[in-house]
Order: sequence, then structure tokens, then C-alpha cells
Amino acid sequence: MTNIPETGRTPRVQIRLVVIQILVLSLLGTLGGRLWYLQIREGAQYQKEASGNHVQQVVDPAVRGDILDARGVPLADNETRLVVSASRTDLLKQKDDGKAVLTKLAGVLGEKPADVIQKVRLCDAKTPKPCWNGSPYQPIPITDEATPKQALQIRERAEDFPGITAEPEAVRRYPAPGNANTAQVLGYLSPVTDAEIQKAKDTDSPYLRSDMVGRSGLEREYDKELRGKAGVTRYEVDNLGRVIGKAKSDSAEPGSNLVTSIDSRVQRVAEYELDKAMKAARQQFDKNTGENFKADSGAVIVMEAKTGRIVAMASAPTYDPNVWVGGISAKDYKALTGKDSDYPLLNRAIQGQAAPGSTFKVVSTAAAVQAGYAWDGGYPCTSSYSVGGQVFKNFEGENFGDISLGRALEVSCDTVFYGLGDNEWKKDGGINPKKGQPKDWFFKTAHQFGLGKETGIDLPNEVTGRVPDRQWKLDYWKANKDAWCKSGKKDGSYVEKIAYENCLEGNKMREGDEINYSIGQGDTLVTPIQEAMIYGAVANGGTEYAPTIGKAVISADGKSVQEIKPKVQRKLPVSQATLKGMDDAFAGVITRGTAAWKFNGWPQDKIPLHGKTGTAEVYGKQTTGWLATYSKDYSVIMTISQAGTGSGSSGEAVRNIYSALYGVQGDGSIDNKKALLPQPQKGLPKVRTDGTIDAPKINGDPAKDAEASQQNNPSNGSDQQPATSPSPTTGNRNTRRRPRRTPGRGSRRMPS
Amino acid sequence: MTGANGFSVSGYGPERAGWTRIFARDSLARRLDWPILLAAVALSLIGSALVFSATRNRTEINQGDPYFFLERHLMNLGIGFALMLATLWLGHRALRNAVPILYGLSVLLALVVLTPLGATINGQRNWLVIGGFSLQPAEFLKVTIILGMAMMLATRVDAGDKPYPDHRTVAQSLGLAAVPCLILLLMPDLGSVLAMVAIILGVLLASGASNRWVFGLLTMGVIGCIAIWQLHILDQYQINRFAAFANPSLDPAGVGYNTNQARIAIGSGGLTGAGLFHGSQTTGQFVPEQQTDFVFTVAGEELGFVGAGFIIFLLGVVLWRACRIARDSTELYGTIVAAGIVAWFAFQAFENIGMTLGIMPVTGLPLPFVSYGGSSMFAVWVAVGLLQSIKVQKPMSA
Repeated sequence: MTNIPETGRTPRVQIRLVVIQILVLSLLGTLGGRLWYLQIREGAQYQKEASGNHVQQVVDPAVRGDILDARGVPLADNETRLVVSASRTDLLKQKDDGKAVLTKLAGVLGEKPADVIQKVRLCDAKTPKPCWNGSPYQPIPITDEATPKQALQIRERAEDFPGITAEPEAVRRYPAPGNANTAQVLGYLSPVTDAEIQKAKDTDSPYLRSDMVGRSGLEREYDKELRGKAGVTRYEVDNLGRVIGKAKSDSAEPGSNLVTSIDSRVQRVAEYELDKAMKAARQQFDKNTGENFKADSGAVIVMEAKTGRIVAMASAPTYDPNVWVGGISAKDYKALTGKDSDYPLLNRAIQGQAAPGSTFKVVSTAAAVQAGYAWDGGYPCTSSYSVGGQVFKNFEGENFGDISLGRALEVSCDTVFYGLGDNEWKKDGGINPKKGQPKDWFFKTAHQFGLGKETGIDLPNEVTGRVPDRQWKLDYWKANKDAWCKSGKKDGSYVEKIAYENCLEGNKMREGDEINYSIGQGDTLVTPIQEAMIYGAVANGGTEYAPTIGKAVISADGKSVQEIKPKVQRKLPVSQATLKGMDDAFAGVITRGTAAWKFNGWPQDKIPLHGKTGTAEVYGKQTTGWLATYSKDYSVIMTISQAGTGSGSSGEAVRNIYSALYGVQGDGSIDNKKALLPQPQKGLPKVRTDGTIDAPKINGDPAKDAEASQQNNPSNGSDQQPATSPSPTTGNRNTRRRPRRTPGRGSRRMPS
Repeated sequence: MTGANGFSVSGYGPERAGWTRIFARDSLARRLDWPILLAAVALSLIGSALVFSATRNRTEINQGDPYFFLERHLMNLGIGFALMLATLWLGHRALRNAVPILYGLSVLLALVVLTPLGATINGQRNWLVIGGFSLQPAEFLKVTIILGMAMMLATRVDAGDKPYPDHRTVAQSLGLAAVPCLILLLMPDLGSVLAMVAIILGVLLASGASNRWVFGLLTMGVIGCIAIWQLHILDQYQINRFAAFANPSLDPAGVGYNTNQARIAIGSGGLTGAGLFHGSQTTGQFVPEQQTDFVFTVAGEELGFVGAGFIIFLLGVVLWRACRIARDSTELYGTIVAAGIVAWFAFQAFENIGMTLGIMPVTGLPLPFVSYGGSSMFAVWVAVGLLQSIKVQKPMSA
């Protein structure tokens, strides 16, 4: 055998075998290289994909915190409803994919089996609604309106309903305690958007597709605190979705409760009085326009003067915030936001702006003092003031002779301020001032008072108002000159003439501009909240606070209390002596000035009130009335658009609010027992050991009670319609939610 | 050239036959190719662990017994090992005489698959279920076709008549191979047909057949592919399925899903893997057919680059040694058989691992030694027996 010819080793075969060997090794090398590429180079990426593959998250929504008033009464809380849900994972384990169970469930709920089956199918491009748009591992809600009987049927026969649960779940509710609606302040929730889900996906608090997010008001401003943290249970699942283990899980942390400075009773009184005043105004005849006042919108603010905390804030027209709960219907949405709506979603206390009229004179007076005019100097209060052929009249043509600044403020003498403004304008260089020359005391002071910018209230989308200074005029002219120059005619209509003049010199501070500005007319705009801040500062000795509604954030277990401290914004540029003078003048307004006719018989010696009325002229519309008032502790601002003078439209309402606060009876006596809030609420509501908050009950309607004690008010009915107008229904009584209450988690719920 | 005589080891004189001397100098034990044997045993044992990991939780197929597949795998391994020993004992030369019978038997088995006795598993009618055992005749065909072709091509060369097989012999051997290929195409078992083509190429190359045959065969294959492509013999979904290895989105619910999950499983293994029994892709059963065709993904995920690379290394050892055996064989018959086995193992290893790595299309070919499956296990161990037999009868003087 040793000499067997090497037939197997002919050169051709030998070469080919070597080629095969090399080929085989290179193939294995290729595999090794590819393996290295997948596992080492791209390994991290695939590891991520693998973990995404087999871990499914089930999000347990956090219960949203309550919004409470200063005494702990819930303004927004959660209602417990029985939600029947189906677990897809469990249903798919059944032989017929759960069809039998769902059919049985439909029978219990009184629905069609097909409807129920449709609700649990997953949405994709081809599936029409209804279908489930969320995670297939999330229990899918079949109904959130199950009756306790239905829920019992399901829970007691759990073995007949595998994969079906009937659990109480929290749903937002705005209970309107004592009919205090507080709609615009509370804001509303609406479903989370895809963009928001994407954004929050990788944070520690991911959104659920069914989540609601605060869209306005406190719900939005304090969304993060109220929301809490959704719990996430991570399940390891296999390729069929069967759970094979539990990974790291985070339990849900319920949202914190927000204690506000709102007093729901005062809020109710404010809302009621605003509504009543607007209704009354609509019965009034407007001599200027020859028709009744429209009184189309209004706002009222009650603020703690020494802290800037808001006790009540109402805006009209208003709406029922409960329409948002459970998804708003297209019809309701149109009614709230459509072109024909009167935009009830707007919070006019912070988003409404108008010329301040004479309430602006507090700024002009301070400006005059800053510019060097003596408080007690004699300033001519003539019945009119002429400039270059243009006649500026006193409001009602009154003539008081030479008076002090204080007196001018008290009697609201326009011509005194015309003179001061005109004088300053001339000192600043007239129509063509040299660069750097104008001192602009009147404009500078307005800025120093915080006008033309947000007050910083803890509500979203506050508007700034406007100080029409030189810079603004220039900007405005640049933006509009083309239109003005196109439409302006020298001898055209009033509007055309104005456009013509604006085209020519709208970029300059004209004499008439500053004269108009000095009494808060023209292009000046302020918001009610700015007025509240300014008059509050006058009341407290010159400190402007950023208005706040949130008072404290209390964790759900009550253990962590985070107080929201009042924040000083600025000091008024006014000396104490000047403030004293203003204080006296504003008291005079109440006792003998423009507001006196509404405050007959007010116990001024016991509860000194101060005020300033204002009436803003708006071209093409009826006048906007302002009434800015303050006591030792509160400033109360009320404004109604297209309703005549400030005192006429709002005087009675503001007086009634003070009466309710201090318990002033119709005959001028003070009944401390009936006083709602003779002193601002100092402390926070008591938190019980279980985290629930001790809240007093509100029986009946505080506005009605307050009204009843005003029977003998000498002012009531003296000028306007007596308060016999039908009771406004601003409370949330006609909510689209069924009134059924089921016992459950809502331990903090208030009977309303 | 002598016939086989009973149970003596072919190529040895009768004076050396018998197990009593296996450890003597120049004994059988000394002359065995130990690297191949050890690598094959290692691959099989690693395979057992991987099969166990992949199946212990698959209650829907393991009948509630986590050890169901492990036990059967080990039993198959035992049978395979016995077949290897039997083959070694008989010797490839002895088997040479039985080749016509073995060839006929395997073709007959394959034909039975096409009758109603055959079973369709995973869309391919390539199974034969006999008394609870399922057989894949395609695996046996791979062995018999190598032996059959080798016999035809080598007979006259080994007899010293010719340096190379003549055209007539080559044509006859190709005819011999064409019959089982046609049967496999009818099943249809495209993967096995491809493996057959690889084997035929390897056999032809090793036989020393004229280059014209080799290139002719290659050209025919290319023309055939182009024809299938151009004449739209395949539906678009079939083409998509074929191409899905490169772009899983072409067939996301079918093969694309497999390749995607397989790639995720392997990629997530990293350097050292999740540890045996700790792979989430494996535990979660995201990769279908994981104990059989996709068994490499278990290694990739749970043993990482180190473990999966070791499997490739072991396959490399087997193939390298088999190549040496082919080159060192004293007769063309042994060379052809060894080369055919090299082509078979190499193609299946590259195709099987390549498809899990996303560089080859998905076909139903098992990974030699590692995948679960009796027929494949028996066939590869018989092949190991053949390789050893060729090795041990190398003359001492060589």
C-alpha cells in the first residue's frame, strides 16, 4: 500500500483543493467580520432595540391634584367614576380572542356586542374609529359611565369576565362651591397632543395617550405640580405579548394640591355682582349713542392690598368649565371660541385692556410731583383747556378755580392735568425735541408704576397694556404709516383726517397726544390686574406686589407644604407724604367726589374706603367704566365695557363686594358674623393626617345672603335698577355631567 | 482496491484489526483526526445547550417538558456518534460497494415525501414522519450524492486508467446528481437544492473534471437565475422574501421579521453575551425556528461575540482538517468524498450563519452539528465517520 500512485494528488486537483480551502476560510472570515460588526460595533444599538422589543410599559395615571380656595374648599377636584376596561393581553389568551366575554359584557352594559368589540380593536391606518389608539398593554376603557350595579355584576363574577375590570377612576370636576364658577381663573384641561407625548416620552413623567393637560388658567400654570407623576409598570413580554416577568417599576405619585388665595364665597359675590351690574347697565339709556348700554364684557378683581394675593377674580361673559371634562363637543367648542361667541374663555381681568380714563390720574399726579410740581400749588381747574384752536373740556364742564393736586385728583379735574401735561410737553421740547432733551416724566412714571408690562401674575397669557410713549409712537407709525398715508385725506371724514395727520407726524409726540395721555385717554391701555396692583400699592404704602393666586402647593400626603410667597415687584416712585395726599383725595372720592352717590351711608369711619372712578372713551363704542377702590386690606377693581361711567356701572357692585367682605348691613351697621372676610385669610387650610384637607362647608349662595343683608342700603335703587333682576345662573348647575355621585376615592369632595 | 471484509477497519491489514490495539503505536486511535472529532463533539454539545435554552420555555412545542428537545437532541447526537463509529468501522471503501443501494434508498425515501406520506412543515413538503420520528431525506441525499458521484468519477482514475474523469463519466455523474435535485425542487426545498449545487461543484472540482464542466455548470446556474428573474417564474412576494435578508421591510411579517429579530438577538449579545438562558430575545421567543435554523442567534445573544465566534472557529477547525484530509488522501475517491463534505459543511455553515447575520437570504438549512434535528445530525456524523475513515487509511509512509 505504500506505493499507491498519488492519483488523488494530481496538480490540477491539488490546486483546486487549495482554492477550496482558501475560499472556505474566507467565507468563515466573512462570518466572523460580520459578527464583529453586529455585536461589537453596532451592539449598543441592537441592545436598545432588544430592550424595546421585550419591555412594555403600562402607565398608571397619577390622580390630578385639587385646586382649593384659601379655606380649603375645592374649586377643582376629581370625581370618581366607574370605568370598565378590558385587557387585550388577557382577551387574546382566550380561545376566541375574548369575543364571548365581550359579548357577555355588552349584555351587562346594555350595549351592542359589535360596539364593544370595536372599542378594543387596535387602531391602524385601515381601521375606522372606534378603535383603541393607545398601548395594547394598557387596559382599554369600554365605558366610564358604568353604574355601581353593572360594576358589581362584573366584579362579583370575575371568573365569567376574564380580562375585564371595573374600577373607580378619577375624572376632573369643577364643583363650583356656593355657585362660584371661577372658570377663567381655573382654566381647563384638554387631551395631550402627539407632539407633547413625543416630547415627554423619554422624561421621567411620560404622558398617556388619554392624559389631559392644563391649557389655561391655574390648570396650565400649575400643571406640573397638579399633574403628579404617572406610575410606570414595566413588563417583560414575549413575542406574543405574554408577560414573562416584571422589570423596574415606578409607582404613581398623585399630583399636589394647589391652595389658592381665592375665597370661593367672595368669588361668588364678585361674579354675581359683576353679572348683576352688567345686566343693570343694559337697562340704562346712553345719551351719547342713543341706545341702551351694551355692557358686553367686564371684570372684577378683589386683591389683598398688602400681599398682592387675589381673593376673587371674575370675568364676564363666562362659561361652565365642566364642558371640557371628558372631551368637549364640537358644538360646545364653537360656542366658546367661534367668531360669533363673545370669547368667554378670555380672562378679561388679565387679558382685557382699555384706556384707564381718570383712574390713570394716580400716575399723572405722581408724575407731576416727580416733575417738581408742588402738591399744594394752585392749579387752575377751568372748564376747558385750549391748545392751538383745539378745546379740551373738563368731563362735565365743571370749574373749581385754582386747586391743589390732591383736590384735582379728588374731583378728577381734567384741565389741571391738561395744563400739567401740556407744560411738560413744552418743557420737553415740543413737537421737535432735541435728542436726549425730553424728561418725559408722565411716561417715565407710568413705566415706574409697572404699566406697559405684565404684572407677573401666576396665570398664563397676561397682556401688557400700553404706555404710548415716544418709542411706541415711532414703532407704531413705522408699522402703519403706509396704510395711513394711503387712506388719509386732508379734508376727508374724521377717520381720514386722523389718518392724514398720523401719516404726517404720527411718529412724533404731539401736544394733543400728551394732553390726552395725562388723563388716561388716547392710546393708553391698562389691564384690570395692573390697576389692582397699582391701587393696592397706594393702599399699602407704596409697594407693588406681583399678584398671585397660588398660595401653597401641598403634596397629596400633606407632608410637603411649599408656600408661594408674595413677591415685591417694585416701589412706587412716590413719597409717603404724596401717598398720604393721594389717600385723602381717594377717600374724598368716596365721601364727596365722583363715587359718593354710590356710597351713601357707608360706615367710612369704621371701614375707610378710597377710590377713583374712570370713564374711558373708545372711538365708535360706548364708554368703558372703571372703578378702582381700596380699603385698608383690599383693593377692588371693576370695569365694564360699554356701560357708561365707572361709578354708575360698577359703584353699587363694588360697594356690595365690600359689604360682603366686612359684613356691612344695609343700614350701615357692621355684622361681624356675616362678614365673609373682614381680614385676609392668613394661614393655610388644615391638612389632616391622611393628607386630606379640612374644608368648611358652604351652604346656599353667599351672594344671595350678602344681597339679603343690603335691603336697607340707601344707595341701592337710587339711580340704577333695584337689585331685583333675576338671579344670574353663573354657577355650574347645568353641567353636561350627570349629577350621579358614586362613593369612592373622592374623600375631599365637597357637597355643592 | 479491495472489498470490505466484515467488521475490520478498511485499509488495515487483518493483523492490526480490532479494538484491542487501538491505542498501540500507529493504532487507529493515534491515526484518527482528533481535531475534527473534538471540534464536532464540542459543536454538538454547545448546540445542545443552545437548543435547550431556545426550547425550555416554548410550551407550545415542548409539550410542557422543558427537557423535551434537549433529551431528543442528545439522543440524536448519540445515534449520530454511533453512526460515525459504524461508518469508521465499515470504512468508506466498504461503503463504496453499498453506494448504489444507499443512493437508491435515499432517493426512494425522498420520493415517498412527495406522496401523501410526506408531511408539510413550515410550508415545505420535505418531511417524512415515521412512528413519531420525522425524517428529512434531503439530509441523507447529501451524503449519498457525494458517495455516488465520487464512486462514478473516481473509479477509472483510481484504477489508473486515466488521470482525470472523462466527459462521459462527468455527464453520467451529473445525471446521477440531477435526479435527487429534481425531487428536492418538487418538494420544494430550495435550500437543499442550493446545498446540492455547492456539493456538486465541490465534487467536480475535486475530481479533476475539465474546467469546461465547472464553468459550464456555473454559467448554467447564472443563466438559470437570470431566466427565473426575467421570465417572472417567481411571484414578486417570493422575490421579496428572497431579498428580505438585505432589506427586512420587503417582507416585514414573514422572513423580514425573522431576519430582523435574529439580527437584534445577535446584535444585542455584545462581546460576552447575556449569559446562557438569560437572553431576552431567546426567552421571549422573538426569533422563530430558534432551535433549528436560527440556533446561531441563541449563541449570538447569550454567548456574545466570544461564544458565537468560537462556534465559527470550531467549524473552521472541522473544515480546515477536512480540507487537509481531501488533499492528503491517497486515492481520488477519498479526495472527492472529503471535498464534497467540505463543500456541504462550508455552504451550510455560511448560509445558515450568514442568514442570521443578514448577509444571506433566508433558507431552511440547519447549522451542522449545532441545529436541532435528527436527520441532519445523523448525516453530519456519518460524514465525520467518512472523513475519519479516509484519514486513517492513509499509508504510514505518506
